Amino acid sequence: MSDLFLEMTAKALKLNVPISAHLDLTYRCNERCVHCYLDHHDHGEMTTAEIKDLLDQMAEAGVFYLTISGGEIMMRRDFFEILEHARLRTFCIKLKTNGILIRKQEADRIKALGVESVQVSIYSHIPEVHDAITKLPGSLVQSIEAMRRLRAHGIQITIANVLMVQNVNDFEGVRALAAELGAKFTMDPTITPMMDGDRAVLDLNVDEAKLREVFRNQSLILEPIEEVCAPPLGPGEEDMDQLPCSAGHTACYVSPYGDVYPCVQFPLPSGNVRQMKFIDIWRDSPQLNEVRGITLRDMPSCSKCTHGVTCTRCPGLAYMEGNMRGPSYQDCEKSFARTGIPSENLKARKASSLPRHSVQLVQIQGLQPAAGSMTAQAMESSQLSA
Amino acid sequence: MSNKRYVARSTAIAARVLGDETMVMSAVNSTLFTLDEVATVIWESADGATPLEDIVTNKICTQYDIAPEIALKDAEGLVEGLAEHGLVVLSDKPITQPTTSHGVNK
Repeated sequence: MSDLFLEMTAKALKLNVPISAHLDLTYRCNERCVHCYLDHHDHGEMTTAEIKDLLDQMAEAGVFYLTISGGEIMMRRDFFEILEHARLRTFCIKLKTNGILIRKQEADRIKALGVESVQVSIYSHIPEVHDAITKLPGSLVQSIEAMRRLRAHGIQITIANVLMVQNVNDFEGVRALAAELGAKFTMDPTITPMMDGDRAVLDLNVDEAKLREVFRNQSLILEPIEEVCAPPLGPGEEDMDQLPCSAGHTACYVSPYGDVYPCVQFPLPSGNVRQMKFIDIWRDSPQLNEVRGITLRDMPSCSKCTHGVTCTRCPGLAYMEGNMRGPSYQDCEKSFARTGIPSENLKARKASSLPRHSVQLVQIQGLQPAAGSMTAQAMESSQLSA
Repeated sequence: MSNKRYVARSTAIAARVLGDETMVMSAVNSTLFTLDEVATVIWESADGATPLEDIVTNKICTQYDIAPEIALKDAEGLVEGLAEHGLVVLSDKPITQPTTSHGVNK
């Protein structure tokens, strides 16, 4: 990240401006990825007019970086109408797509509309592996063809590689594919629970040994391995006011149904743009303001953990485990894989002999129009434990 | 013969006002720029129809304590720099079409 980007983000934080927003246009998709957390049925997506109005409101509120995602964005017949409107509002636009519906005509329009970058999920360089994950025969070939079309237009591409048990040995091949296409490469070893609360999907997470191997692969990590994997010093008093991440601070997420959350991975319902103005939700939502009030000092376990400062703790995953001020078990596992040192949370779990993933879960849900309740439901995970 | 210069924001950019600054990103190479308060005034007035000289006279010299000739020289330097990065288009005639190309229209 450039210094200027960090400077602008710091300024947005100070001014309480949502400089980044992630908007899912739809949860419908032409793939059925085995690890996907979404419910692909349409439960009343925002109309074209509602989305255009939302884009106007977002621009007015100061959103600069706009990620348009799904589901598969091209499943919306009005996708280009929406994209054209976003272009008029001068967002810096990033698209997330599987590319399958991007033919020459679509690539031409994406280029003409000044999209900053396009991210495509590729699970393996081997068609059989990739297609088995997407459950769509021929999908790898089609996604690659789309990326070639976009690259031919000079459009920046990022290949996102989600690591799971099915493709654990393929990331080198995907990275080579990215290099061949002139695309950036990112890898994420985290599988998140499904929207309906189903945690069985977490079994797709790679095991600790493989995670350790990934974290010790210098070619995947920019900083020297010795530094990344070094035993952390633990937080000091000067670290206690540290903010967890940008979720709710300078960034937010809006679902296809208009529900606003701190982040796509932080399913705390904070308002709905069908009921309130986007800026009013951003400024006045009790939920977003609660998220903003949390610093490391407010996290009983993490503030005492040796990984407190260096951990990649996701507050959304922590929330889904039942406590937004608590640790995220999956991130504890990553910190352990990286350094070999268990977190306070892992030590406590080991002492109580709790099995992996046996944590409480908060189900992702939108606001009920009539109920007006903004409280997320907690549900027992007894049937969901790995 | 008129020696007026017209400046129009490119349509191939992302831009947003943040406080008293403006963030501008080139869609050509994703380079991020920030414009300070005075540059923001010129940016927002760069409609392709208003001569740069008029923008300086009416929007800059009325708000800031600066001599018109110095302000115009600074403004010309600014818009030429922006044009080099494809963020604006310059022309000696009013610009009426959406502009995505680099540099100077003649």
